[in-house]
Amino acid sequence: MNRLTWRKMVNAVMSSVTALCALIAVVPLLFVLGLLVVKGTSSLNWAFFTKLPVPVGETGGGIANAIVGSAELLLLAALFGVPLGVAGGIYLSEFGGWGVPFVVRYAADLLVTVPSIVIGIFAYAVVVLPVGHFSALAGGFALGVMLLPIVVTNTEQFLRTVPVWLREGSLALGAGHWKTTMSVVVPAAMQGILTGILLALARVAGETAPLIFTAFNNAYWNRGLNQPVSSLPYMIWIYGISAYDDWHRQAWAAALLLLGLVLVVNVLSRLVLARRMASRRIA
Amino acid sequence: MATSNTGVEVRLPSAPRGRGLRLGGTRGVDLIAKMLTLVAAVSVLLVTVWLVIELWEQSELSRHAFGFRFLLDRAWDPVFGHFGAMPFVYGTLVTSAVAMLIAIPLGVGAAIFLAELAPRGLSDTLTFLIELLAAVPSVVLGLVGIFVVVPWVRTSFGPFLKDIFGFLPLFQGPIYGVGFLTAGLVLAIMVLPFIVSISREVLLSVPNDLREGALALGSTHWESTWKVVVPTAGTGILGSIFLGLARALGETMAVSMVIGGTPQIAASLFAPGYSIASVIADQFAEATGDLFRQSLVELGLVLFGITVLLHAVARLLVNTTARKAKGAA
Amino acid sequence: MSATDAARLDVTQNLNPEKAQETAAVPEAGRNQPAVKIKARNVDFFYGPKQVLQGISADIRERRITALIGPSGCGKTTFLRTINRMYETVKNARADGELLLDSESIFDLALPHLRRRVGMVFQKPNPFPKSIFDNVAYGPRVHGLANGARLAELVEQSLRGAALWEEVKDSLHKSAFSLSGGQQQRLSIARALAIDPEVLLLDEPCSALDPISTAKIEELLFAIENRCTLVIVTHNMAQAARVADYTGFFLTGKLVEFNDTKTIFTNPSRKETEDYITGRFG
Repeated sequence: MNRLTWRKMVNAVMSSVTALCALIAVVPLLFVLGLLVVKGTSSLNWAFFTKLPVPVGETGGGIANAIVGSAELLLLAALFGVPLGVAGGIYLSEFGGWGVPFVVRYAADLLVTVPSIVIGIFAYAVVVLPVGHFSALAGGFALGVMLLPIVVTNTEQFLRTVPVWLREGSLALGAGHWKTTMSVVVPAAMQGILTGILLALARVAGETAPLIFTAFNNAYWNRGLNQPVSSLPYMIWIYGISAYDDWHRQAWAAALLLLGLVLVVNVLSRLVLARRMASRRIA
Repeated sequence: MATSNTGVEVRLPSAPRGRGLRLGGTRGVDLIAKMLTLVAAVSVLLVTVWLVIELWEQSELSRHAFGFRFLLDRAWDPVFGHFGAMPFVYGTLVTSAVAMLIAIPLGVGAAIFLAELAPRGLSDTLTFLIELLAAVPSVVLGLVGIFVVVPWVRTSFGPFLKDIFGFLPLFQGPIYGVGFLTAGLVLAIMVLPFIVSISREVLLSVPNDLREGALALGSTHWESTWKVVVPTAGTGILGSIFLGLARALGETMAVSMVIGGTPQIAASLFAPGYSIASVIADQFAEATGDLFRQSLVELGLVLFGITVLLHAVARLLVNTTARKAKGAA
Repeated sequence: MSATDAARLDVTQNLNPEKAQETAAVPEAGRNQPAVKIKARNVDFFYGPKQVLQGISADIRERRITALIGPSGCGKTTFLRTINRMYETVKNARADGELLLDSESIFDLALPHLRRRVGMVFQKPNPFPKSIFDNVAYGPRVHGLANGARLAELVEQSLRGAALWEEVKDSLHKSAFSLSGGQQQRLSIARALAIDPEVLLLDEPCSALDPISTAKIEELLFAIENRCTLVIVTHNMAQAARVADYTGFFLTGKLVEFNDTKTIFTNPSRKETEDYITGRFG
């Protein structure tokens, strides 16, 4: 075999090998999705969405408290993370000089990488310890701390895509910095900012680790922000590692529900963002 | 600007006094807005610092009781109040190593295909699907781990490895299904999208004239990719690997569900173990006594320290490549 | 006829006869020049350590059109952006010297006040992501000039002033992005007119437009001329010759020559000016 044939063969073989790698990388998502659909769909019934869990040994019941609990925790997280995050992003993009934004950006980048279990310890230390018991508030705070750096970074990035000439148009009419920001720059980036927030919420919605010793769990309806609350991911965890078939069945259904919500938000957001980028390129 | 007594303006050649830098922000509203948003921005920094302080203070008992020996001590005995981090550090490192061993070749290979060889449409679709994998909640993968990966390792994959590599201590002993190997497999799936996504970006940022230069010299497509493009993007790919590693080390739920929950140091990958993140998840809520709880917090502190370090290195690597590519373009 | 003369003739043909008469028919000595609206004396401009304008001095006349011409990078746009202090958005940019609007230094005026009096239209149409109505109403709202029916009236007037009313009167609440490029630029002019500026700065307003839209805008400038002072930066010499009463020629940060348009195009006193308008460089 001469050298050229050999080189052509290497080319063909390596192209196939890397293509195979890419295919293998796609398999887990499709596999997980298919498995959840097969195992979970049959349990997604009316009771599942509307009933409380029943005691061990009885079949039936649902996880309504966990669905409502997750919504409650996300709302709390958003109340903490979104206003602060958007305002912070506005500062970084519109008002920041060199020093403060540099440090804040680094901190945000770091905070995103901190393992979620460590965020849980933090929320435990600052909310649970002083109060003396687990609470929805502590869980919401933990998720909010995770949300904050993502929202800051996203907001800054989307504001930065707003072209300079749009800002100048407003400044040239004698509008101040803040007026320009709020009535021209932020509206121009609004779609992106909102999509970013939605993506961030979808991401923290699946977090279990920061909730284990903050929001903890509750087999009943949450009776106030100061009380423990159940959540979808926590339910999946507890039911999944339990020894009861009926709980396993519900864990699959809950996982299907959670993954479905997360994927729908992700797919839609990415489509919106892709279209936004494309329209920008034409303009 | 000065005016001489004849009324004729004299231009001073020296640097003019500043009339710039006065942005629109002289007005009250703008100043207040700037201050308020500044507070919001700085809150990110404050939360980060606060987090470090809390980790430090909440682990005081443990730090004082065990000192640096904490890291090397192999015992974890809540009954006698004796705590050491070694089994968990070991479990974290071993599971991450298994994960990276699988995910690096697979991820980099996939990234090369997606960035260099695949047609654009196919590449975009596959990348989209692979990045979606990163959105799958950890606990969902853990569930799949318990009910699919664990039995598979116990009945097929484990015995298969034992048949071939059984002479190595790594693949000896009873196969429980749960253990280091299974945790590593699940972790590999979790870090894969990070490595693929960032490596692909880095590869795509390599300027086209390098590829064309190599092709013009008669290189095959693969040769131009492997000998020119990949080395150029090398630092950035390394950065993506470090970011994946940082994620693997801190991953909690999926690992805790399949690692077996046994604080031991075992040579065999089939043996059950524990990782830093998963022991915190399992024991923190029920930790009785301050020393027990504070030892768990100290584990969190160790985990945080490792992540910060890896993250800094990764950022440096990725940014360096980005700058280099920009400079070359 | 030499090549130079031919080139010169070519540009002179573009001279607007009415305009030429206006300034040239009056004998030099007894010419009754309009009042000075903007007076620049020794204006310097720096980006950090780099000086981009050197000792600019000029009198810009009230209710006349002044064109600033010159090769790209010569400082004409920078000078324009100095007049309404738009340069302040750029870090490390500094202006120095004397620059008077009527008799007040623009550096002493409050920024919102200055920009209310000195409007600006940019090279690229820059409609806000709002409705057509809200775009025009933006300035009046910022300055609290009008609301309700009065605001609607003001918007209509401004759109009429920008010769856009007939085209958009039925779609005022549609997004401004639905307009064509030429319409968007006229919307930008309407937006600027809505706060009734004394001076309107135009930074190559036609460079992104087709010839028909350009003609519409030029026509518009003559209509606006009797309500405010216009300063237009253009790299299109024919355009300067067509629309301007006065023309200033910039070269490497200096104002080489400033005179009435006819003189600049037919009898420039500086060699560089002649070279530029006859197309020897630039």
